[in-house]
Amino acid sequence: MPILKLSDISMEFGGLRALDSVDLSIEEHQIYGIIGPNGAGKTTIFNIITGIYKPVKGNLFFKDINLKNYPPYKIARMGIGRTFQNIRLFQKLSVIDNLRVSAHGISKVNIIANMLGFPNSRREEKQIMLKSGQLLEMLGLYEKGMELADSLSYGEQRRLEIARALALEPALLLLDEPAAGMNASEKIELIDTIKSIRDNMNLTILLVEHDMSLVMNICESIAVLDYGRKIADGDPASIRNDEKVISSYLGMGA
Amino acid sequence: MDAFITQQIDAYYLRIIIIIGINIILALGLNLTTGVTGQLSMGHAGFMSLGAYTAAILSLHTTLPFVVVLIAGAMAAALFGIIIGIPSLRLEGDYLAIVTIGFAEIVRVFFLNFELGGKAVGLAGIPQQTTFSIVFLIMMVVIFLNITLLNSHTGKALYSIRENEIAAQACGVNTTQLKILCFAMGAFLGGLGGGLYASYMYYISPGEFGFMKSIEILNMVVLGGMGSIPGTILGVIILTIAPEFLRVVADYRLLFYGAMLVILMIFRPNGLMGDIRWYDIKKRLPKKEVKKCQS
Repeated sequence: MPILKLSDISMEFGGLRALDSVDLSIEEHQIYGIIGPNGAGKTTIFNIITGIYKPVKGNLFFKDINLKNYPPYKIARMGIGRTFQNIRLFQKLSVIDNLRVSAHGISKVNIIANMLGFPNSRREEKQIMLKSGQLLEMLGLYEKGMELADSLSYGEQRRLEIARALALEPALLLLDEPAAGMNASEKIELIDTIKSIRDNMNLTILLVEHDMSLVMNICESIAVLDYGRKIADGDPASIRNDEKVISSYLGMGA
Repeated sequence: MDAFITQQIDAYYLRIIIIIGINIILALGLNLTTGVTGQLSMGHAGFMSLGAYTAAILSLHTTLPFVVVLIAGAMAAALFGIIIGIPSLRLEGDYLAIVTIGFAEIVRVFFLNFELGGKAVGLAGIPQQTTFSIVFLIMMVVIFLNITLLNSHTGKALYSIRENEIAAQACGVNTTQLKILCFAMGAFLGGLGGGLYASYMYYISPGEFGFMKSIEILNMVVLGGMGSIPGTILGVIILTIAPEFLRVVADYRLLFYGAMLVILMIFRPNGLMGDIRWYDIKKRLPKKEVKKCQS
């Protein structure tokens, strides 16, 4: 059974059709890539999955739950974490506090207990700190834990976004152009990170990316979008040789 | 305790200290809404007057204990906070600023015409039950609860709304609920401060809770540093004491106020303590020398 299934999703902005009857089916534990030219609707798919936009047509199911009926924060709590194309960190909060916001999302302790410092709230707070520390260590940010998010370098900010999404304990992680603005060695590091996250945390990863080497390298399945339509999907080898994909996106010799 | 303090401290200074205490309660309330969650509220005086009038009327006409009267005033303010918060906080942008200005004006005009509240003349002869120790106690409780709340993960979620609302939602934060809750808590503290104020002053009138009062409290939060508790307290102390020193220039007081804020915004755009963290201070302190064992 696929963990995420989009069927016949269409989205319009004014008269512009951003997505046109898109079907996607993502199996559990997969690394799934969505590629396509600028404006093909890749980020729109993310915004629909996370509930920021409501599709004009179609349904989407996450583990049999129809996400159409839920607001973004509930979708996040169900276990869909995401990063943003243009980094959206909580700039004036420290690195670890960025993760604690996500931990709040899935917290069971209410605000009164937090305010009065009840034992259950303290216990939970300790666990959150411990878990956040582990996540930061995994992404190589442990030393920076107490720094403000806006004092981090670009690459570190990208990794912090991933860490923050992971603090939600997601079953599905959406990465929006994780390699944007990274140099070659950082990209290689990122590939390792993404693979190790998937294996260690038992996640499904859906990513949007422009960098072909990265996508072909780590994705087990790829969908290609063009002008809001899905023009192909399959494993990297078949995508690389698909004629429609070559003419619309990859170009000759890719 | 209070008898001892009135003996030891000059009445003039004691008055300023008590006003500082009340203002801290008021400003910490506004800090929750405007400083922490970043929702610009410009009608804090409206909540203050709701609390003040509710407490004053109750203590004039009933024999309820002072604590009950205060809480009733604060609850009345919080109730109105929820009522106007629900429609306006669901929207993004600065709707809340306009709604709260309007709300505070409506409340003021209402009390101008409210029979039980003495209309434009105001209410006089309110039993003075606010003492130094009561203000001090309530202030300490309010500061303590603010600190524990803002240091918890819920507090961080509140800050995250100010920093980036879309990202906050993507992190599973129910932003609408928290904004309304925070606004209601701010209104509660506004009403609480208003009740204390009414009972301390003997006399209240609608004119005291005008737009300028809202701006005055907002100034305290902005001056001290949005979202910072020590900053807000510092802002309150400075802006409560400053007018006393500026009495010499009486009519030009607001001019100095304005100049002060302009200078502040140039040199410390985040407020006096808005971007100061204990962690950064500690890092700059000279580290203790680690004694090395000689091998």
